[in-house]
Amino acid sequence: MAEVYQSPSVDEIKQALTSNFPDVEIISTEERRVKAKCPREISHDVCQFIHDNLTFEHCSVVTAVDYVDHLMVVYLLANYYNGVMIDLNVDVPDDDLHIACVTDIWQGANWHERETWELFGIVFDNHPRLERLLTPQNYEFFPFRKSYKMRSQE
Amino acid sequence: MDMSLYPHAVAMSADEFMTWSDAIINDLLSTGTKKTVDKLTGPIWAWGMKNSMHPLHWGLACCALEMAAASAPRYDAERYGMIYRSSPRQTDILLVNGWISKKIRPDLRRLYEMIPNPKWVVAMGECAISGGPWYDSYNCIQGLDQIVPVDVYIPGCPARPDAMIDGFMLLQKKIEDYFRRGNFMED
Repeated sequence: MAEVYQSPSVDEIKQALTSNFPDVEIISTEERRVKAKCPREISHDVCQFIHDNLTFEHCSVVTAVDYVDHLMVVYLLANYYNGVMIDLNVDVPDDDLHIACVTDIWQGANWHERETWELFGIVFDNHPRLERLLTPQNYEFFPFRKSYKMRSQE
Repeated sequence: MDMSLYPHAVAMSADEFMTWSDAIINDLLSTGTKKTVDKLTGPIWAWGMKNSMHPLHWGLACCALEMAAASAPRYDAERYGMIYRSSPRQTDILLVNGWISKKIRPDLRRLYEMIPNPKWVVAMGECAISGGPWYDSYNCIQGLDQIVPVDVYIPGCPARPDAMIDGFMLLQKKIEDYFRRGNFMED
């Protein structure tokens, strides 16, 4: 698609992302940090681009945030060559908790996605094994949601 | 029957000893065979069991490091006969040291059932006592006593090796009492 950067600077990342994906919004940049927001439909393409063309070979974290009216999946992606990290946020509507799985891009995202599923209930499509990881198989609730209450909070 | 209560028995001649012990045993037998066996063998069992406490080698969390430190040269719990065995069939104490997640709950209960009678359970550290830092958590048992009966609680977060050894000294008293009570044949 576009040219390949091995150790892109923050400005180059900003430039490459916005020119290839007009829907991607750069929220803020700091030294060695880029915070970007992308729509759910193109999240897999953006991740593939970040991996292939911007050489972000490491997916540190996949997690989620509960904003009560919607959920947000957070990817923290790292570049080994210059230490730049991209904080990619993807909004997921409350009534359709599906998002593309990035395990085919970064193998290390496998357990992160399983854990995000068991704690927040976000379904990662085409995940190789989307099962509960640390909680018993018979749990029917997602403990990290705001709607889940502890005994002391009821 | 504790021979230390009869120090003069050592000084007796053979004939004196036979008449004296016959009288004692006949006296005991009048209360029933089971009780006699209990009374005669109880102290031996107590002595054997309390000096060879074999807890299950089952380190769950950070208290397991204190358990390891208690076995190390500085505290050397082995001089009290505490040897960790890896199979529940070879142990008589279930030492639970750490948080119990809901996923491990059935396995813990199963380990408890696999230990042969008589058995004792020690809850070590805040997590095993009440959930500790994970009190009211979505994935932790709020105290070991919700699934198995607990004999000794050792508080601390984590409990120090001296606290653990102290707990096991208390457990020795409990073991002694169990056999002195003489319910061995009842089992």
